Amino acid sequence: MGNLDIKLRVDASGLSCPLPILKATQGIKTVASGDLIEVIATDPGSVKDFDAWAKATGNALVEQDATGGKFRFVLRRK
Amino acid sequence: MDETISIVLFSGTDDKLQAAAVLAAGAAALGRPVKFFLQYWALAAFRADQITADHGLAPEAGAAGRAAVDAAAKAGHAGWVATLRAAKELGEVDIQACSASMDILKLKQSDLDPMVDGVEGVAAFYINAGEGQIVFI
Repeated sequence: MGNLDIKLRVDASGLSCPLPILKATQGIKTVASGDLIEVIATDPGSVKDFDAWAKATGNALVEQDATGGKFRFVLRRK
Repeated sequence: MDETISIVLFSGTDDKLQAAAVLAAGAAALGRPVKFFLQYWALAAFRADQITADHGLAPEAGAAGRAAVDAAAKAGHAGWVATLRAAKELGEVDIQACSASMDILKLKQSDLDPMVDGVEGVAAFYINAGEGQIVFI
């Protein structure tokens, strides 16, 4: 985890669908192609949503994990 | 495949407007174009002087539904206006008012919130929807 060069962290905790993917879309537009962003969400639906979002937008879902009700996604801009 | 989602928005209660806003925001986040066609009570809810008013809930909500929605709002859940504005900022979301509904409700475009991009008839709506899916709320 510590070795990833995260350019932007987006905290979408407490936000319900579709705001986590909305915030991610907003955030990823502010970094360059190939850069990584990290999104934290608490919406359980975000696990399937980020998978679908990555497939639809072509941005890569590089890492994901869940700890203590928080879901973490690392995304690489296309 | 045409990825455009066209949403015919007829209902003017806050829960149905929220459901439509969620569909639009999700599509916008996926990069899919969204087109709204506002009819009747949904159109009335987009009046500039009414948009932030309480538009009530669908009858099936009942008292328990009302309490659940109020609790979500209190917990900071975004309402439909904020969700729709975010979707519009983020993606390609076009909002058109149905010209027949405008006539029935005696509205001019200047009476509507600036989120509404224009006024069109049903033929224009179908042409713009293309081969994409059409959702009715």
